[in-house]
Amino acid sequence: MNLSEAGTLEFMWGILPELLKGLEVTLQLTVTSLIAGLVLAVPVSMVRTYTKGPLNWLATAYVELFRGTPLLLQLFIVYYGLTETGIVLDRFLSAWLALTLNSAAYQSEYIRGAILAVSEGQLTAARAVGMRTIQAFRWVVFPQALRLALPAWSNEVAYMVKYVSVVFMIAVQELFTRGQGIISKYFRLWPTIIEVALIYIVVVYVITRGMDYVEHRFRIPGLETRTERREA
Amino acid sequence: MAGPILRVENLHKAYGKTEVLRGVSFEVAPGEVVVIIGPSGTGKSTLLRCINQLTPPDQGRVWLEDVEITDKRTDINKVREHIGMVFQDFNLFTHLTAIQNVMLALTKVKRMSPAEARAKAMLEMEKVGLVDKAGLYPAELSGGQKQRAAIARSLAMDPKVMLFDEPTSALDPELIGEVLEVMKTLAGEGMTMLVVSHEMGFAREVSDRIIFLENGAISEDGPPEQFFTNPKHARTREFLGKLTELYGNHGGPRGGRRKK
Repeated sequence: MNLSEAGTLEFMWGILPELLKGLEVTLQLTVTSLIAGLVLAVPVSMVRTYTKGPLNWLATAYVELFRGTPLLLQLFIVYYGLTETGIVLDRFLSAWLALTLNSAAYQSEYIRGAILAVSEGQLTAARAVGMRTIQAFRWVVFPQALRLALPAWSNEVAYMVKYVSVVFMIAVQELFTRGQGIISKYFRLWPTIIEVALIYIVVVYVITRGMDYVEHRFRIPGLETRTERREA
Repeated sequence: MAGPILRVENLHKAYGKTEVLRGVSFEVAPGEVVVIIGPSGTGKSTLLRCINQLTPPDQGRVWLEDVEITDKRTDINKVREHIGMVFQDFNLFTHLTAIQNVMLALTKVKRMSPAEARAKAMLEMEKVGLVDKAGLYPAELSGGQKQRAAIARSLAMDPKVMLFDEPTSALDPELIGEVLEVMKTLAGEGMTMLVVSHEMGFAREVSDRIIFLENGAISEDGPPEQFFTNPKHARTREFLGKLTELYGNHGGPRGGRRKK
């Protein structure tokens, strides 16, 4: 079939498999960098909350650097900058690394805020029954902080799906990049753009509803965030 | 003859330039119920927190039986297992149900199996009359129920002494009685208790001794009869007068506490 001359709907149907392949890459990047970001964000937030001195400065510098510069710049540093210093990562890995480091910086701030929102008395009570500080954190403060950070974290998931599109700049074949490729191949701008946009909308909608469900599922009376309470 | 269960010697604590405790010493015998009263800001809460080292004192020593708590070599976590503490604001773990609140330290500190811990926790819930509320989260409990759950959480550790830091001060008047009732039962069972409270009815009825703390020092220490009928110092009499004015006739547990 010649897609260049096909009818609009036929064209949109015809490019769908190609775009879905791109979506798969987008979701892979989203999920893996979110999870790796979370794994990195937890120690960073703890260092920023509980330590003083060089380690704290380092963590703070990291967070400020990644929150203070555009993701695009970070992507360039990881992909081109590292290559120049002799570290060569493939495109996908570069994209993943930049997204992970960026997301970890934001996630660490959500978690840090949540840790600070857990009242001092919780730690005191845990210490009073004989828990070591680390136990009190693990079993009392941290679970509450995670629950408090969940709404902000849900947003991060939806943002991430869209942020991933910047890796278009280093030609990683995710959804947006594939769309761009289709446009330059068939010169059919509008149907392609609209289809790409629709796919994003559907995915973000599904994720948002999914996270709503998760938030509801892990609802704890007394640990609702203010927005949730307003809705209730 | 057994020695004191708790011994406090010459405790000093200052926050910046403000001296909160200036040389407090006393002993508590096994099974004794001691109520600490005194004007606000005289270091009553600080005193309790210095005992289990939640607030390390600047100077002075504390013993639980023959273990010196203030000794740097003492494993403070080990000691705290044996000192129950009940807070004014309950401080129940928000993310856990009432029974899980009681179980947490049993499994994590005492290393009991979950089944063992649950059985033990249920026993304590029964003691404070909360069996039917065991599965509720703190936010779903009334103030009185929260405080009773907090007491159960401390009791589950089988403490040698219980510290109560104004356990009824954050409660609505109609909820104070149920908490005092539980404390009374505990006292009756021979629990050693150190209670900071303004509940004069409780002090009078249940305590073996009343300590009057003023400006970071003990100004009166004796049995309740002496304290209420024949205080040594004019200041004590004045304070009692104020309390009577505020809370009614030495306020019975349920009686006469005016809302602020």
